[in-house]
Amino acid sequence: MADDLNTPLLDELEKGPWPSFVKDIKSLAGKKEMAKDLLRQLEKSYEDKRGYWKHGGLVGVMGYGGGVIGRYSALPDEFPGVSHFHTLRVNQPSGWFYTTEALREITKIWDEHGSGLTNMHGSTGDLVLLGTRTEELEPTFRALTEKGWDLGGSGSDLRTPSCCVGPARCENACFDTLAINYNLTHQYQDELHRPMFNYKYKIKISGCPNDCTAAIARSDMGIIGIWKDDIQVDAKAMAEYVDSGMDIQGLVVENCPTGCIGMDGKEINIDNSNCVKCMHCINVLPKALSPGKERGAAITLGAKAPIVEGALFGSVIIPFMKIEEPFEEMHDLIERIWEFWDEHGTSRERIGEFIERVSLATFLEGIGEKPLPQMIKAPRDNPYVFYEEYFAEEGEGGK
Amino acid sequence: MATEVERKTDIGPPSYEQFLHPIIKENYGKWKYHNNLGPGVLEHVGETGSIFTVRVSSPRLVSTNFLNMIMDLADKYSDGYFRFTSRNNIEFLLANKDNIEPLKQEVEANGLLVGGTNNAISNIVHTQGWVHCHSAATDASGLVKSVMDELAEYFTSEKLPAKLRVAVACCLNMCGAVHASDIAILGVHRTPPKIDNQTLPNLCEIPTTVASCPNNAIRPTSIEGKTTVKVDEDKCMYCGNCYTVCPAMPLADPLNDGVSIWVGGKICNARSEPMFTKLAIPYLPNNPPRWPEVTSAVKKIVEIYADNAKPYERVGEWINRIGWPRFFDMSGIEFTKYHLDDFRHAGTTYRRSLHNRY
Repeated sequence: MADDLNTPLLDELEKGPWPSFVKDIKSLAGKKEMAKDLLRQLEKSYEDKRGYWKHGGLVGVMGYGGGVIGRYSALPDEFPGVSHFHTLRVNQPSGWFYTTEALREITKIWDEHGSGLTNMHGSTGDLVLLGTRTEELEPTFRALTEKGWDLGGSGSDLRTPSCCVGPARCENACFDTLAINYNLTHQYQDELHRPMFNYKYKIKISGCPNDCTAAIARSDMGIIGIWKDDIQVDAKAMAEYVDSGMDIQGLVVENCPTGCIGMDGKEINIDNSNCVKCMHCINVLPKALSPGKERGAAITLGAKAPIVEGALFGSVIIPFMKIEEPFEEMHDLIERIWEFWDEHGTSRERIGEFIERVSLATFLEGIGEKPLPQMIKAPRDNPYVFYEEYFAEEGEGGK
Repeated sequence: MATEVERKTDIGPPSYEQFLHPIIKENYGKWKYHNNLGPGVLEHVGETGSIFTVRVSSPRLVSTNFLNMIMDLADKYSDGYFRFTSRNNIEFLLANKDNIEPLKQEVEANGLLVGGTNNAISNIVHTQGWVHCHSAATDASGLVKSVMDELAEYFTSEKLPAKLRVAVACCLNMCGAVHASDIAILGVHRTPPKIDNQTLPNLCEIPTTVASCPNNAIRPTSIEGKTTVKVDEDKCMYCGNCYTVCPAMPLADPLNDGVSIWVGGKICNARSEPMFTKLAIPYLPNNPPRWPEVTSAVKKIVEIYADNAKPYERVGEWINRIGWPRFFDMSGIEFTKYHLDDFRHAGTTYRRSLHNRY
């Protein structure tokens, strides 16, 4: 079918047990010139050990500043099928749940308007439609919105928020990750579609400290489930684990990071005042243990990859807050953060770099939050304190 | 104004509720626990019943043909309901336990693998590479395919000490955010940008370009009366941030671009705190289509880890227990000056105690 391709290096990747993207793209080559030339250009990259895509390109759909990534081949004469190869980021449903009925509408639109290639999904969470021509962008957008789909973010805007499977299929979800993800995405459509921030702002939402969306590493703002009270114990299920001969001492007790678990026969004793909610015991004993009842989320800010000032994990800004509809407390927090960052951040400065530059103390003051010991690993170990209160001789005015 | 169908904007994504299986809707927020029914198969037990998950590999870069094949299987076995995971696995959500085996057989007949749960290697999170990106130092899809062909047995089994998360990013921008993975494969440039002084004055804003460099290596200069920039090559660490803001400063260099290997990162809070990945191998050559140097290096790290870590110990936790000197001894990886950090806060990685093993 695709004999005229002449891609011997890529053909090598049709072999082996892992599913082959080459075989898959070839399945489109019969009907899509785009797929053919993509393979041909990729073969050339494999020969020459370099990419052949131009840098960016300002394309989009009317009225939006984000959601489309312009891409042009650097060798359009040689590979005309991919002279334009733009990407549309389609905002995924919360938790990446689909019905075949709904997704078939998208595959049909994409067969008609684009290359037929997708990423399920992009790193930020979007359903990525990979490769189309400039003149197809607006018709694709219209067809998508007709069926109830919209674009996600790109550039210096709110990036498409994403969340874990949450209460839809996980017993550890400490709040409704899907509902707040849906709410925030709809609440901030303008910020999502029209880049007006200093730089990108990613929100990731995980229902417990297992953090399946990698919020602590990959999001400017992480909303991560946590609880405050005691781990719930099902004594009968616990006794069954003991009776099964499982090495509870070795696998659970000795792996507790604060040593707050003890066994008394078939009974588990947890010193909850010293529990750091790491999830290990709950993960190993899912039938017997579950998060407490007083549930909410910790909010982290500032995670990012290395560019520019080095990689950062998010750090705790709000140690605990309730996450409940209609989520107004969260809207208020987000808007206070954006306002201060917008006012004082510099161009292409992520929120994590911004906080490091202005200091956490200044940032907290700026957003109207009080410093708390849960926000740090340890107090400062240097004496360079900017004292703001001091006494003055009478008549000279102190502060 | 509108002549035909009104143009809609800012409608946001559709509600997830319409995509939830009836059993999921009934038990939403009421799941009690889950059972592991073997590699790739989970049972979540709720108040009114169970939902069975069958997790399946995916190259992430998939065609509509691929998706239609997946959807045919979902129509046949899971009432049309399915989802994707944060690591791009496909999950079929089954009401009927009897459908698990026939679904698995048909998945495998279609060239896919069932697995990726618990103490397994899950799908590799990765980036676009030469398939779609202008700044890639290597390909992503081909690397992932080559590595997973070698490691497939760790996807379809649960024989590792703990879960093992592998990620690929094709340059330091790290769209794949590989900085917190058990094993990270990172494309690297190793030479400074090549400045196109003809196009730069028209394409790039000089102050933005100068400011983009974290090491202040870029300075404005004038060539034939036109303002352009020069790079102090001794200060350049090839991060590519200048290229992001200035297209006239490409870094691609087929002779020198390649791949580095990083180990020991984690995201979840279980037992130990989240950790960054640390440099294991500074450079391996780009050798498409199979990258044999990369696949054998990754496989070796996985095998040493599998043989030596304790149950539930992630790669980073295992290395912290045995110490980095032992990791380099056991893996046979050469320790070089490139392993010594020289960026911001480098000193925090120096040994500031006598806690060494001899």
